[in-house]
Formats: sequence, structure tokens, C-alpha cells
Amino acid sequence: MELTVWTYEGPPHVGAMRVANSMRDVHFVLHAPQGDTYADLLFTMIERNKKRPPVTYTTFQARDLSGDTAEIFKTAARDAVARFKPQALLVGASCTAELIQDDPGGLAKTLGLNVPVVPLEMPSYQKKENWGAAETFYRLVRAFAGGAGKPETAPEQASCNILGPTSLGFRNRDDIVEVVRLVESLGVRVNTVAPLGASPADLARIPQAHFNIVLYPEIADTSARWLKRQFGQEMVTTIPIGVGATRDFVAEVAKVAGVEVPQELLESGAERLSWYSASIDSNYLTGKRVFVFGDATHAISAARIASEELGFKVCGLGTYSREFARDVREAAAKYGVEPLISDNHLDVEDAIIAAQPELVLGTQMERHAAKRLRLPCAVISSPVHVQDFPARYSPQMGHEGANVIFDSWVHPLMMGLEEHLLQMFRGDFEFHDDAGSSHLSHGGPAAGHQPDARDEQAAVAAETPAPDVAAATSTAANDDQPSWTSDAERELRKIPFFVRGKARRNTETYATENGLNPITIETLYDAKAHFGR
Amino acid sequence: MTTVFDASTACTDTAAKPGRDVLKQRGQHEVFCGLTSIMWLHRKMQDAFFLIVGSRTCAHLMQSAAGVMIFAEPRFATAIIDERDLAGMADMNDELDKVVTRLLARRPEIKLLVLVGSCPSEVIKLDLPRAASRLNGEHSPQCRVMAYSGSGIETTFTQGEDNFLAALVPEMPAEAADAPVSLVVVGALGDVVEDQMMRVFDGLGVGPVRFLPSRSSTTLPPIGPNTRFILAQPWVGACAQALERRGAKRISAPFPLGEEGSTAWYRAIADSFGVPEAKFDAITAPGRERARRAVARYKPVLEGKSVFLFPDSQLEPSLARFLSREMDTSIIEIGTPYLNRDVVGPELAMMPDTVRVSEGQDVERQIDRVHTDNPDLIICGMGLGNPFEAEGRSTKWSIEFVFTPLQGYEQAGDLAELIARPLMRRELLKVGS
Ligand code: SF4
Ligand code: SF4
Repeated sequence: MELTVWTYEGPPHVGAMRVANSMRDVHFVLHAPQGDTYADLLFTMIERNKKRPPVTYTTFQARDLSGDTAEIFKTAARDAVARFKPQALLVGASCTAELIQDDPGGLAKTLGLNVPVVPLEMPSYQKKENWGAAETFYRLVRAFAGGAGKPETAPEQASCNILGPTSLGFRNRDDIVEVVRLVESLGVRVNTVAPLGASPADLARIPQAHFNIVLYPEIADTSARWLKRQFGQEMVTTIPIGVGATRDFVAEVAKVAGVEVPQELLESGAERLSWYSASIDSNYLTGKRVFVFGDATHAISAARIASEELGFKVCGLGTYSREFARDVREAAAKYGVEPLISDNHLDVEDAIIAAQPELVLGTQMERHAAKRLRLPCAVISSPVHVQDFPARYSPQMGHEGANVIFDSWVHPLMMGLEEHLLQMFRGDFEFHDDAGSSHLSHGGPAAGHQPDARDEQAAVAAETPAPDVAAATSTAANDDQPSWTSDAERELRKIPFFVRGKARRNTETYATENGLNPITIETLYDAKAHFGR
Repeated sequence: MTTVFDASTACTDTAAKPGRDVLKQRGQHEVFCGLTSIMWLHRKMQDAFFLIVGSRTCAHLMQSAAGVMIFAEPRFATAIIDERDLAGMADMNDELDKVVTRLLARRPEIKLLVLVGSCPSEVIKLDLPRAASRLNGEHSPQCRVMAYSGSGIETTFTQGEDNFLAALVPEMPAEAADAPVSLVVVGALGDVVEDQMMRVFDGLGVGPVRFLPSRSSTTLPPIGPNTRFILAQPWVGACAQALERRGAKRISAPFPLGEEGSTAWYRAIADSFGVPEAKFDAITAPGRERARRAVARYKPVLEGKSVFLFPDSQLEPSLARFLSREMDTSIIEIGTPYLNRDVVGPELAMMPDTVRVSEGQDVERQIDRVHTDNPDLIICGMGLGNPFEAEGRSTKWSIEFVFTPLQGYEQAGDLAELIARPLMRRELLKVGS
């Protein structure tokens, strides 16, 4: 039994729903109680889909348990096929139905339905959402591509499948456009994109391509490995997030496809990140401490961009994707930080506090933590929120993705000259602690809540700062800490709020290490000299 | 409808018009489970903590329905059952004890720990009431421990609150035999609504008045034969029965939505407490007048429109009554997850017989009916709203009715505005579906 407040991933059947909802002509009959229908709102509210997800829930009740929940399942499956006329029917159980052991797969077989049935085993007490999505996709690929056999003659033009983009995936909608454009500019034909937008018939065509691009291994890795074994399809595994990774991706695709990279792609005028990052205005970004947390794919990519393309210092790197913990550990070693593999958001928050970052790159969960800690933050990964489906075109991958990333990571920070002015003119009446940076109407540290549609649901929940977080931060400062003289405390106040926390902690660390108590103005500047910026 | 009901004489069905057919179709339900009530209960009772004993699905439901939006650490959490528990490799009661100990160490300010049963805990027959009494022995008096079920196989949405309140009834202190007649208002209300109601009760000379749930677990209202109670929310039927079992007498009335509903509700109380008519009129006149004025502003928007209500919170009959009688809309269907005729009978009695009432749900066929009936406004849950909007239909998400203070005179206009807003918005938008 594990105590949980918020979770990074839902149960595995939610992953299955995401795959079903990604595809055309697939319907999913889920043996589940009525409350589990909440999952529909993930699609209709968060992703703002115009259609309900293609899912029928049996919604059995307590009084059915003694009788025949199996009958209820059969009726639901029969009705769903008659009503929705899918090309494929997924059947499975949620956590509660798993316990009553009705065996949806076996039951569906007895119905003699006129559609292929793909049964899913979703061990709810063991696995989570991404696993469920990967498994569902794999079962579908096996069911529909399995019989096709290796295509006899390869077509003239090199071709690939793009595997992994899924409903509710972080910016997947726009990433597909970028990646298709990149691949096609190499003269490679895109055979299928799946699961997003694919039908079962499209899955059957997967073996016809020369190779597979694994865009999101959390969901496509299992399938791609199987396809490699079965049909010898090579896997392109570089994730084209960031300038360098996009270059590597292009090179890998070209190599696997046996094509030359066209000159204009090499010159790559399309992205602006590298120029903006080199421009003098970006000088102030140098060495900014950044804490990175998310799914493995986005976290690893973000760390590389932060370090190699923006000149930040990665001061923390972690993931909730235990399946890909090894990759994250390797990456963390590169940046000399302890990898954080955890699905407990409180541990992540503690790690953020300990790492003293100046920017947090994380999920919506870290965004909330960062807001409480008054740290700038950009969201880089699922779990998603309604804001992660922006109206504008906003990919993470490819050239435009790099541009989007530059903007969305740099904008939450103070701008270069502004930072200096704040340092110089602390006395200016507009530069009080609660004034945010001038170019952001809402992002200032004390700025209120940015409202959006989901607020209304949360209206009950008064937004008081978490008492224990406040406590955590100040105990960090209180336990056996030297005290400050009032002069030193006043001098500290002259340091702008966005670096004051760091200055305070550095000074206290320095004082403790050197047995200095109380902290004087001297100590403050000694510490500054010791730690540098 | 202004009589004091006594448990022994309360009749089951008299208030509903005889002969009203209720449509019952068994199919997919599209409603939340009772766990979802925790979203407001944990805010209402400020020293209580709700620990769901369930699965990752239950935790994900709370997160998705409440949003990752709550800045403060909420006063609820899930103890997620895992395969070790199910395989018997871990003793579930020991595991639960460990979780509770850790939790209470982290949150020492908690005075009432509520174990909330879920589908998985029910199916594996984990005896939470028993676990609660064991844990209570260990942690009270610092923290009392109790249990109720919010499982989706037994409860929909607001029934979770009902089960919680019913489970609180045995905890309520006994009222002294010679205590003066008191009133308990049952069902969670916004604090602002409670305060407004208190001012009316003070004016009427009705008191002492207490609210259930109380704002703190240590101030539960005392209960006994001199207690009268009135429901402020239609979903608290099981709690009403539990109160009656402890000798309290129920005052039956329509629910305090809109000017008419609020007046009928206050009047039932006033009659029960023997408040003279003139005094009642004097005290309620300003509120009634304000409510009528506030509501009138939105009447042109809603008048003559047809409305279809999907099942959600059990508030549907009361909303329909308000819409039909105060806003002159025509109600096509009142869907409700559970029809407690004893409780909402007075509401249904005020509605024309042509109104279709459906209990439970086959969501696909209900959607088919929407397509046939083509209503001007659909009141439905979050899973259905956008798909209807995408078809060019106007919808109002029903969950707002339980999250927004809407009861009483001062909120009557807010209620009308909330329902009129989607239609006004559609008027404003020159683009769109
Ligand atoms: S319906 Fe049951 S399993 Fe699903 S969230 Fe509600 S209590 Fe948990
Ligand atoms: S609406 Fe409020 S709570 Fe929700 S994400 Fe935006 S800022 Fe956070």
C-alpha cells in the first residue's frame, strides 16, 4: 500500500484509452464501474476533443456482483459493436473488474462478433498508464501487422513509419507535423504514423516500410522492437528535440534510409535557437541552474538543450518513467548530478528545494511546486493539462520545436538588462519584491493565479500556500543555522528577490562550514566571494 | 409540504404526483463515483482528512476531477492497494496502519481521519469500519478515525457526501432531553450561504441552528428528539434516515434554489417553529424582492427555451423546477442518477406531467434522445459537454452547480446567470461551431 496525493501516471487502462482514442475505427469496451468514466474528461476537457473517446464502460454495480457481471459485459460489447461498427474491438478490465476475474477476452470470443477482438491484460495493481499504452499499441500492431509477412520487394523510395504519437501526449499533435516535414525533406516517404490518426488497416501496412522512427519510446518501444525482430525494420531512436538532437536525428534517418542530407537542411536556417542563444542578449543565461524532471524522453532531451544549447547548468535531472530509468541515469552521469527516479511528487519537490535551481523544467506538478517556491518554470512533459494543448502551433520537435523551446524556457526568466537594473536600483519604488518582470503580465512571483477553464472546478479549493512547503523551506534555514545580525539581514534585503534565496543559503552554508555565528555583512560578502555568482 | 415528517408516519411516495412514469434504462452510466464528493468535503470540514483506500484509478480520478490545480496540499490522499497486498504478501491491515501512522505524523493538525472505501476495497471485502475502530483505539482522542464508502459500485457523485454524513450521525452528541427545539440544516453549503441563512433564522427567531457538515469535526451538532432538521441538498437521504433513527424530525420542503424554492424552504422551517406569518413576510420580503429582481435580468435569455438535464448530482429535479417555474423554460428531460421520491417529491409535484423523468442511465440512448429532441440547452457533465458543443449545441456543465454557492435569495440571480451564460455566450460569439 502506498500513500499518494498526486500521480504522474494514471492506471494502465487509461493508457489503453489513449491508444484507442488516437486511432480511427477502434472501439474499446472496458469492464469498469461508473466512476471510471471520469477518464472521458481527459479527452473532452483537457485535450478538447470534439468527440467522446471511443470507449464503452460496462458500469457494473454492487448489486450486479452477486449476479452476472459477465452478462453485462457481453451486452455492452454486443451493443458497442452494433452501434459504432469499429474495425477492431479492444476489450479489457479496469482495476475493479480485474478483481472479479470475468475475463473480457474470453467472454468476447464467445460472442461471435464480426470484428477482430484484441484482448488486453492490464495489471492495474502493478503497472501504469504509459505501460498500458505501450502494451495496447503492441497488441494492436501484432494483431494487424502480424499476418502480413515481410513485403517482398522494397519500393523504390525509402519509407518509414513514425511510431509513438498518442492522444494526450505532450505536443504530439504538432510534433508529427515537424517530423514528417523533416523526414520528407530527406526524400523519405512516410508510410504510416501510429497510433495517432491510424486505423487498424494502417497498422496492417506498417511492415511495408523500410524502417521505424520511434518518436516516443515510452509508448512505441515495445512495438518497434517486435517489428524489428519480425520484419527486420531498423529503429531510429534519436528524439529530435533541440538543435543538436534534430541534427543527429536527420543524420540517423539519412543513414538508415541510405540517402544524402540535402544542403539546405545541413545549413538549417529554419531554427533560431542557436542564433538567439549566441546573441549578446543571452549572455545572462550563462550558468543558470536548471532542474529537469519529466518523462524520460523529454527530460533527457531537455537536459541536453539546457546544457549544450542554452549554456545553463543542469543541477537536477529525474524521471517518473521507471521503465526508462537507465537512460536517465546515464544522462545524469553526464551532467554530474544524482539521478532522481521517483513517482512521488513530494520527493521531487524536496529535490527541487535542495538543488536551488533558478529555473524548473518539469511537468504540471513541478510547475505548481515551482510556483509555491517562487521559481520560474516551463512545462516540458506529460502529465498534461489543458494549457499543454495550446491553440497555436507549438511543437517541441524539429526546427520549429527548438524555436518554441527557446521562447518558452527563456521568457519566464528576467531579461538580461532588467536583471542588472534590478541589481543596481534596489531603491526604485517599482522594484519591490512583488513586482514581476516587466514583460510578463502574469509570471511575476507574486502574481496571482492564471485562470483557465479548469479553475472553476477547483474553485472550492481555496488557494492557500501549502503550510508544509513553507515549513520545509524555512526549517531548511532554521535547523542549527547561524543567526543574522540586523545589518546583514538588511544588506541581504538589497539583493533582488530572485537570487536572494540563493544568497541566503550560500551564506548560511558558508557560515556553518566556517563556524561563523552570527552572520555579519562581512560573512555575506565572504560567502559571495567564495561561491561566485 | 410544510409538515414536520415523523419517521413513523412519513410516507414514501405521496409527494410525487401519482402516475408520473419514470424512464429507467440500463446501460452505460456517465457519472462520477462518490469519491468525488471529497473535493468539497475536505474544504468544508477543515480538520478532517479523507484517506481513500483504493487503486491508482481512484487517485487518478481525484486528480483529474479536482485538477492538479490545488496549490495547497489537499486534505485527501489515496492509499493505493498494490499487488503485494492482493497476493497476501503483505497484511493489508498492517499496511493501512503504517500509511495512517505516516500520514498523521506528517499532518498532526488532523482531528478526524476518514477512511473512504472504494470499489477495490469493497470487492476484496476489506473491512474499513473495523479498521477504523481499531485505528481509533490507537489514535483517539488526538485524532478520531471513521469510515464510509464512496465506491462507484455503490454510490454516484454526491451520494459520497450522503454516506459521509450518515456515518457522522452516530458520532453526534446526544442532545439533552430538556433541550430547546433546535434546527439542523443538512448538506454542505458555501460558507457565505450559511452566513446568510443564519441572518434569516435570527430574524425569524428560529434557533439554535446548526449545520451538518459542521466546519469542524469537533463541533458536530447535538441530536435528539427535540432536534428538527431540514435538507439543504437533495442527496442526503441516507443521512436523513440516520437522523430520524436518532429521534430527530424532518421538515420536508422543496430545495432553496431560486426565490420560490428559498421561500418555500424558509416557510417550512418557519411553520415548524411557529413563526407568525407577518413576521415571516417582514423578514423575507427584502430577500424575495432582491431575488426576483436578480432573476428577472436573465429571464429574457432563458424564457421559452427547452432544456435537457443529464444525470449528475441529484440536484436536477430542483434545477428543473426553478427553470420551469421561475424562468419559464420548457423542460424536456430531467435525468437523475437516483430518484429519492421522498426527498424530491415536492419538487416533482410542482412540475407539469409532460416532463420526462429518467433515473439511472443508458448514456448512448440518452444522447440519441438529445438528437431527437434538439433542446436549446443541455445540462451535462464534463465528459459530454464539448462533444455537444462541437455539434453546435449549448451546454452547461453540471458540476458547477455543486461547486458554486447557489442557495438562498442572494444567490438566485447567480443561479440564473450560470445557466443563462452559455446561451448569452453563444450570442456574443460571431465565430464558432
Ligand atoms: S469507480 Fe471505483 S475504482 Fe473507479 S475511481 Fe471510483 S471508487 Fe475508484
Ligand atoms: S488555472 Fe490556476 S490552477 Fe489551473 S493551471 Fe492555471 S494557474 Fe494552475
